[in-house]
Amino acid sequence: MEPVTKVLAINHEKCTGCRLCELICSVFHDGVSNAARSRIKIMKWESEGLYIPMSCQQCQDAPCKIICPVKAISRDEILSRVMVDQNKCIGCRACVAVCPFGAMNFNVIDRKIFKCDLCDGDPQCVRFCEVKAVDYVDADRVSTFKKKSAAEKISAARKEAAALESELR
Amino acid sequence: MALNRKIAYIDLSTGKIEIKPIPLNVRKKFLGGRGLDAYLLYNHTEKGCDPLGPKNTLIVSGGILTATLASATARTHVMAKSPLGGMVGSANMGGFFAPELAWAGFHHLVIKGRAEKPVYLWIHNGKIEIRDARHLWGKTTTETQWAIREELGDEDIKSMVIGPAGENLVRFANVMTGIKNSGGRTGMGAVMGSKNLKAVAARGTMDIRIAHPKEALEYNKRFIDQITSAKVNQTQGTLGTPFIWGATNSWGGVRCRNFQYNQELYCDEIEPEAIDEVCTETMGPYHMAGCFGCQVHCRAKYRIPTGPYAGVYDEGPEYTSQGAFCGEPDCRSMETLLTGNHLVDQWGMDNLETGSLISWAMELYELGILTNKETDGLDLRFGNDEALLEMVKRIAFRQGWLGDTLAEGGIIASERIGKDSFDYLIQVKGVSNLHSDERATPALALNIATASRGSDHLRSRPAIDLYHLPQEVMRKIYGNPVPYDGPLSSEHTEYIGKPWQVFWHENCYMAVDCLGICKYHTVFLGATLPNFEDWTKVLYYNTGLEFTSREIWDIAERCNMMERLFNLREGLTKEDLMRGDTLNHRYFDEPTRRGAPDVVGRVIDLEKFKKMVDEFYGYKGLDQKGVPKPETLKRLGLENEPSHLL
Repeated sequence: MEPVTKVLAINHEKCTGCRLCELICSVFHDGVSNAARSRIKIMKWESEGLYIPMSCQQCQDAPCKIICPVKAISRDEILSRVMVDQNKCIGCRACVAVCPFGAMNFNVIDRKIFKCDLCDGDPQCVRFCEVKAVDYVDADRVSTFKKKSAAEKISAARKEAAALESELR
Repeated sequence: MALNRKIAYIDLSTGKIEIKPIPLNVRKKFLGGRGLDAYLLYNHTEKGCDPLGPKNTLIVSGGILTATLASATARTHVMAKSPLGGMVGSANMGGFFAPELAWAGFHHLVIKGRAEKPVYLWIHNGKIEIRDARHLWGKTTTETQWAIREELGDEDIKSMVIGPAGENLVRFANVMTGIKNSGGRTGMGAVMGSKNLKAVAARGTMDIRIAHPKEALEYNKRFIDQITSAKVNQTQGTLGTPFIWGATNSWGGVRCRNFQYNQELYCDEIEPEAIDEVCTETMGPYHMAGCFGCQVHCRAKYRIPTGPYAGVYDEGPEYTSQGAFCGEPDCRSMETLLTGNHLVDQWGMDNLETGSLISWAMELYELGILTNKETDGLDLRFGNDEALLEMVKRIAFRQGWLGDTLAEGGIIASERIGKDSFDYLIQVKGVSNLHSDERATPALALNIATASRGSDHLRSRPAIDLYHLPQEVMRKIYGNPVPYDGPLSSEHTEYIGKPWQVFWHENCYMAVDCLGICKYHTVFLGATLPNFEDWTKVLYYNTGLEFTSREIWDIAERCNMMERLFNLREGLTKEDLMRGDTLNHRYFDEPTRRGAPDVVGRVIDLEKFKKMVDEFYGYKGLDQKGVPKPETLKRLGLENEPSHLL
């Protein structure tokens, strides 16, 4: 199999905060509805209307992998993801402590570590997110959206400047 | 699984809490949500109880499909005897409370009695605790929610709360969750206030097992495609409900100056596109938010752009706020709209009822029935934005004679004001009409006249009647799951066939309310959206329960009859203006003065209206007095109510 070059790309501005991704994630992986089992979580600042989806970044040089005392965490280069071997995991939660994004989760019911596995290459959160606040894109396209919106601002500013100039004339 | 969510009985007078399972035979009869609530209300209240006394029973619930993969299962339902009209009190809200309640292990809460001091309920993974809320009393709706999170140290707690209006027993105080999700109608917040219950807080991490997860996921995806492909939902997702007010106003279907006009003129400033501009300017291009699991995202985020509350964050405004703070009082300022919306959200009051009653008072003031003496010098003329917002405050905090009087709701207020004030009150069963004017639309008029909770569009309104749908489309919708071969008219000013449409929608809306789904996901605003057949599938995939479409229809009919039985027990009389299935005389006497050519000059024809009511009664199995026939009760299995199964 050819290595997959896609990554999960989150555009938090687009998130409507509906948390369908959390529901889908828990049903897809565990067959139950329970937001506490979701690998993705929407962090909210409700009094400001700010919603930010958080999930594993599948780091190239993953701190969780480095810290794991029993080498239960490895990189799957084919799907470009970080995986936990549940048979090796001792549930020490060292990975939870070091993950800079809070993407390593501890399941209180099964008492195990769990994290995003990109649904084996077809992330369900992406499939169900109509507004595409969560997307699965080629790694080299991740910054394109930002480039474009910044470029738009520059273009708008230029137009305004030109209008001002003609007014002054 | 969904079916093992429990029911809890909480007595606030004694502190006793009892938790029970919900038997399968009860599920099969009433499903859950509003339907089961109606059964519980009838069985747990005594005839004639004081709605604001300890004997009223407050019921809080999620639907049978809450937090499952049925799409938009966000709805929380709240029920009690209404302090507004003494009939069924029922309010339904979106947000995130009901799923959290289900994850905490519960579907229904039956709350009785009255706490000695302010309390709140803390519901966490199967356990319920009654906690002191004295420090929360007086706080606004959002302050209360954030304070509970801080106190219990968990940001994921979801609460349904009351604001100062509920504490002050304003008879149309609402129940709120989040920034703006409101169980608005029929004064459920006042019932909470009367019980000294400030909030119900929930947090849960209990699994809800999905019966057939793979199929449930795939059907959910299909649902989403169906729902987001409907034009009406795409527009909702861009402009929110204000687009409906804008469209309806354009042809003359909204109330203006209480009920003097059916269209507001020169109101470009508060049209949906203008509201959208403010949202974009203050919150950016992606400013729409969604309730739990919903892809329609009809909730706009905004900051108030100008005035004393400039910069303050809120959500909405819904079309009901456009009606309450613009159309009905004939005001047309963005600042008033967004500020008024914010005030009712924070103080916890129904925007529809608030705007309706103030507009009624404005008409009375212009007629000289109310004078400066009663208004304490407030110049309560139509179009006075300042007076409008001042009255919102006076009602919430019961300030001044008029504030205190309007806080009692229309019927009691009209008794206090006297003269012929009642003649001008646009209400049914003590509940003010929403912002719409139904004089040109007989189907919609029949809907508000017969709706169980009073003058309201969300109990049986055939809104798609305005779309002039082709006959074959109407036949397909209204001929299922129960065959109907009577007349149907695509003409919205007609009387023919409308009683069947109202009856069909009454059952359709009851079914979604039992499931816990939002009405934007059924045949409310869009003719192509899911209904009975789809629900047999989502019920099976998510809970494993097998029903036919017809069985779901029968359950809905049974639940509607349960509400009818409650209303009859509380004194519903067919043609009684305060507690009947009829309309204010102005619908029959005062022709509309504005609007499209086929709308202007219309009244509801009294004789034809009466015939519609009788035909509607016939479909429901009621006699000509509106009382269910014995064979109807037998057919619906309700001949032994109250049966105290639960």
